[in-house]
Amino acid sequence: MKPEDIISKGECVYKKPSLLTDANMHYCPGCSHGVVHKLIAEVIEEMGMEDKAVGVSPVGCAVFAYNYIDVDWVQAAHGRAPSVATALKRLNPENLVFTYQGDGDLAAIGTCETIHAANRGENIAIIFINNAIYGMTGGQMAPTTLLGMKTATTPYGRRVDLNGHPLVMAPLMAQLDGTCYVTRQSVHTPGAVRKAKAAIRKAFENSMAGKGTSMVEIVSTCNSGWKLTPAQANEWMVEHMFKKYPLGDLKNE
Amino acid sequence: MKDEIIIAGFGGQGVLSMGKILAYSGLMENKEVTWLPSYGPEQRGGTANVTVILSDERISSPILDSYDVAVVLNQQSLDKFEPKVKPGGVLIYDSYGINRIPTRTDITVYRVDAMDATFEMQNTKAFNMLVLGALLKVRPMVTVESVLKGLKKTLPERHHNLLPMNEEALRRGMELVNS
Amino acid sequence: MESEIRLMKGNEALAHAMIRYGADGYFGYPITPQSEVLETLEAEMPWETTGMVVLQAESEVAAINMVYAGAGCGKAVCTSSSSPGMSLMQEGVSYIAAAELPALLINCMRGGPGLGTIQPSQADYFQTTKGGGHGDYHLIALAPSSVQEMCDFVALGWDLAFKYRNPAIILADGIVGQMMEKVVLPEQRSRRTQEEVRKQCPWAVTGKKNRKRNVITSLELEAPAMEKINNHLQAKYKEIEANEVRYEALNTEDCDYLLVAFGSMARICEKVMELARKQGLKAGLLRPITLWPFPAAAIAEAAKKAKGILVVELSAGQMIEDVKLAVNCNVEVRHYGRLGGVVPNPDEVLDALKGMIK
Repeated sequence: MKPEDIISKGECVYKKPSLLTDANMHYCPGCSHGVVHKLIAEVIEEMGMEDKAVGVSPVGCAVFAYNYIDVDWVQAAHGRAPSVATALKRLNPENLVFTYQGDGDLAAIGTCETIHAANRGENIAIIFINNAIYGMTGGQMAPTTLLGMKTATTPYGRRVDLNGHPLVMAPLMAQLDGTCYVTRQSVHTPGAVRKAKAAIRKAFENSMAGKGTSMVEIVSTCNSGWKLTPAQANEWMVEHMFKKYPLGDLKNE
Repeated sequence: MKDEIIIAGFGGQGVLSMGKILAYSGLMENKEVTWLPSYGPEQRGGTANVTVILSDERISSPILDSYDVAVVLNQQSLDKFEPKVKPGGVLIYDSYGINRIPTRTDITVYRVDAMDATFEMQNTKAFNMLVLGALLKVRPMVTVESVLKGLKKTLPERHHNLLPMNEEALRRGMELVNS
Repeated sequence: MESEIRLMKGNEALAHAMIRYGADGYFGYPITPQSEVLETLEAEMPWETTGMVVLQAESEVAAINMVYAGAGCGKAVCTSSSSPGMSLMQEGVSYIAAAELPALLINCMRGGPGLGTIQPSQADYFQTTKGGGHGDYHLIALAPSSVQEMCDFVALGWDLAFKYRNPAIILADGIVGQMMEKVVLPEQRSRRTQEEVRKQCPWAVTGKKNRKRNVITSLELEAPAMEKINNHLQAKYKEIEANEVRYEALNTEDCDYLLVAFGSMARICEKVMELARKQGLKAGLLRPITLWPFPAAAIAEAAKKAKGILVVELSAGQMIEDVKLAVNCNVEVRHYGRLGGVVPNPDEVLDALKGMIK
């Protein structure tokens, strides 16, 4: 007996987006990546852009995003996703081009490319996963790591004198003339997920409308890196991360 | 026929563009041509030189040890390139600011007072065309017609009103040659 | 535009050749002595005529990654730089080779190491032919020695790049870039339509219309699978080595002494050969046009009767290693080179050649 045999169509209130592949995700249980992937797949599907979407995956945990969302992808060198997206969009303006980048990719090694692509007003959408830690390489300090936060490379907590301040990207991006939409969202509650989805849709629509660069920062958890349970990680994020990285639109033109 | 030429002087004297006009004139006559400047900071104010080769056959090296013709427009260039003229070759120099005149006797030396002429003409821009006129008088490697044809092709339309002035300078330069 | 005879710099010829090839994009960053490439493209405004994209990137790093993406969507894209800028690009070059993308790269070499000089050099031979970036890969390396070849190798480079899905590089130097010569520009080719791109490059990321999704990546975490990918690359390189060796041989049949030089140095050596022959010294010249694949067999053949080989490079001796391997130490191989941007005169090379006579 298949599920279809016992579920009538009228009763279906939720299903996996058809653009999410059946591949088992490698993300840790509790990680925000899976939710954001699903939202992107849903938005592309709802916009009817399956045949025109091209994603750019980063170096970091999300490097394998191309295994999970069933559209064309380019895997970019560390930090270079905005450059890659720039050329993809300029050469094929009819494509929906988005990058999916973590905090190391976007705010450390790729800060230059991020700022310049946005400053040129490239018609791309940047999805920025900020979990304040390097997940894939084993929990080292990220540029966005909070002061006092313990990581593999700040074992006694991040210190200003040793490590500098957390880098807050969204206001930087918002002040650039080339950006049209900069927002901070989260996916830790059903309400937050709905808002994040709307933000992603807006960013994608902006890029197709030729309005310039949009960045959707998703303040995220990394419960493995943070060494917390998924539930604890959500609570810790609300208590600490949201203070430094408050949710909401910074720019919406 | 092959002419291996060095043109040297101060940056801003029109050394490179004179070489370019010469090369373009060669092109108008279906010759093989190369034009190789000394490039970089030297372009801005210091000394500048350009090697131009016009030939009926394939040109090998664009870089040379010795030249059939040296056109030198300041003392430094005269000192540097006088020894590098092939025996039997030609050296043309502008006398302005020259305190040591060429001494070689196995080459033919021509003086051209082009800088002085530009003062008379009240047109310093004509300088390199005067010198080019002198060069073509001494060694008619390309025709005046080819030079003018080349100029017309390379100058943007809005500068075509300058063509008569260039032709006049070219012909004036031919009269300035002193051996 | 029809075929046309023009007088222009090598760097300018590169730009015109790109437009006339029907190129889709150029991404670059200014650096002496090759800035005329970007300057010429910006002045020609091909986006108004052919639709070619031209972009001054924020760095060489960004530029090479734009090329990676452009080639990834099946477009004919190019970047150019000079030595220090090429060093910055090497990570991207490795990615392009690994993902088997048909990009065209241009290095107009200047004197190094470090920031070095802006004068001509050939000291990036190792970087170009032996890797440069990480991993086992090869670029198809073309070495132009005239402005005409600067023009012609744009089309040749892209044709080979698309044929083998492998990056090709034009390895020029400051002399060939800055020198003006007569050049016959080819007639304008039209850019491929998107349908033609999809047909020619079914692997390209253009949006997954009517097919499964395409992914441009060089990542494979399973070592045995990565070995398989490497073996596939190596098989392709063997094929290129078998089919694409190019060189020019002058007076090699009867020469006692063989000059081996590429690019601008080959031009100087051609003069040296002429001077030597006038003085009764039977010199020949073999000019590798492809530096990879290297014309080893041709050099071995030309060296059979030779008493000595002089390799002339604007470096401390890089290509000489490949020449020595080619002749298997059966004949004396010496090197003559000037460093850091200094260019030798024909006379001093001739003296070095005469110094080989026993």
